[in-house]
Amino acid sequence: MSVAIVGAAECDLGHTGLSTQQLLAQAVKRALDDAGLRVCDVDGIATTGHGRFPATQLADQLGLCPSWTDSTAAGGAVFEMYVARAAQAIEAGQCSVAVIAFASNQRSARSRSIGGVYDAATPEAQFEQPYQPLWPLSYYAMTAQRYLHTYRLDRADLARVAVAAREHALRNPAAFRHAAGPLTVDDVLAAPMISSPLGALDCCLVTDGGGAIVLTSLDRARHLAKTPVRVLGYGESVTHAAMATPDDLLSTGAAASGARAFARAAVRPEEIDVIQLYDSFTVSVPLGLEQLGFCPPGTGVHWAGVPVNTTGGGLSYCHPGQLGVLLLVEAVRQLRGECGARQVPGAATALVHGTGGIASSHATVILGVR
Amino acid sequence: MIDIPEDEVTAPWWDATRQRRLTVQRCARCELAQLPPRVLCTGCGSTASRLETVDGRGVVDSYTVIHRAPDPATEVPYTVARVRLIEGPILLTALVGIPEPRCDLPVTLAWRVLPDGRALPVFTTEE
Repeated sequence: MSVAIVGAAECDLGHTGLSTQQLLAQAVKRALDDAGLRVCDVDGIATTGHGRFPATQLADQLGLCPSWTDSTAAGGAVFEMYVARAAQAIEAGQCSVAVIAFASNQRSARSRSIGGVYDAATPEAQFEQPYQPLWPLSYYAMTAQRYLHTYRLDRADLARVAVAAREHALRNPAAFRHAAGPLTVDDVLAAPMISSPLGALDCCLVTDGGGAIVLTSLDRARHLAKTPVRVLGYGESVTHAAMATPDDLLSTGAAASGARAFARAAVRPEEIDVIQLYDSFTVSVPLGLEQLGFCPPGTGVHWAGVPVNTTGGGLSYCHPGQLGVLLLVEAVRQLRGECGARQVPGAATALVHGTGGIASSHATVILGVR
Repeated sequence: MIDIPEDEVTAPWWDATRQRRLTVQRCARCELAQLPPRVLCTGCGSTASRLETVDGRGVVDSYTVIHRAPDPATEVPYTVARVRLIEGPILLTALVGIPEPRCDLPVTLAWRVLPDGRALPVFTTEE
């Protein structure tokens, strides 16, 4: 493939008191500054999660008339999907510089609802909402329950995922829990139970935040300031919308999504140096590693391979409702060697895996600098 | 309690609950059983189907005990589950009267009556 990521940035994170529009503009401007490009160079925009016509509205805010836009809505995995679509649009000549952006002020605005938002026109409003599951939490909780039951594990095994995330966050000054000190398994087990077996510290943060990445052709990328991060492969899989639909909670779309990305990139799991894997809840990490082919089923809780979620992830770094774009930002920084205390030495190939909804949508991107 | 909507595809399923009958949608062409009722069969795409009354036996695929309700007026804790009917379809539902639920537990149908006369299928352990 002949497309590269040439810019990457976070907007302000945490509890900002800022509007979503302000955070979005920050993310785009900082990513373009990082790339050494100007706003007027952008002719492709992909964004979602704000307003009725997200890409159209962001184009208006930036004063642009793009020749390519995408506002596909698929939850937090969509930014990895946007990488595939942007790469295709650039290769097809529909645009030359594409920006993928997301921001939310959900913590400042107190806009997150633990029950989620059910659209009355969907079957879920009839057959799911009446039972008052927490959305998406209760779906992941049922997945975790089935996971622990099937592999004869217990809550402490999942708690170690949160402990590991905190260890990363302690090395990342931008992390929401950077100064919170280490976490222990006992801390996680003692936190209030929300939707068993997941307690408060098994769940991702609720913060403001977001980010942006900039893509262009590899030819153009070679003339820009930073090391081009090549898009080596991508894949996706969308499997369900309702909690009752999947036949097997432990077989997720990550398997097909990951296999498609590995095949397209002609890369094997053992060639990946660093993994950014959407950790909405503790169970997402071991199950994701297994489904992506990094380790056998039931062993993800004992993962001791390459570093995962070097920012501290959704559990301890930032979770603005859709984490996908920030997974890409961190992968780019790791591959450029910009990560300071949390840098994975010599990282040359990264896997980014986004998940959206209730494990509904999966998308995988493989990036490299060799 | 929220006002539960229905539509022309699902109304017969909801009407059956007024008589405390749990039904699954059986495809007239490929015989696949599915829930919730849909316009098309997810097995073969056929639009011809019938509602078939089942006796409501199944097993707990998984469950979660919820300690913080979306509606603050709801009493906690309560247990939400995926129950796999012996006919095949999985229901999102609630478990009632089961102090220690577990995955793979056999369960049987009970009803939670709604103010408008319809009823929600819920599940309990067999006596």
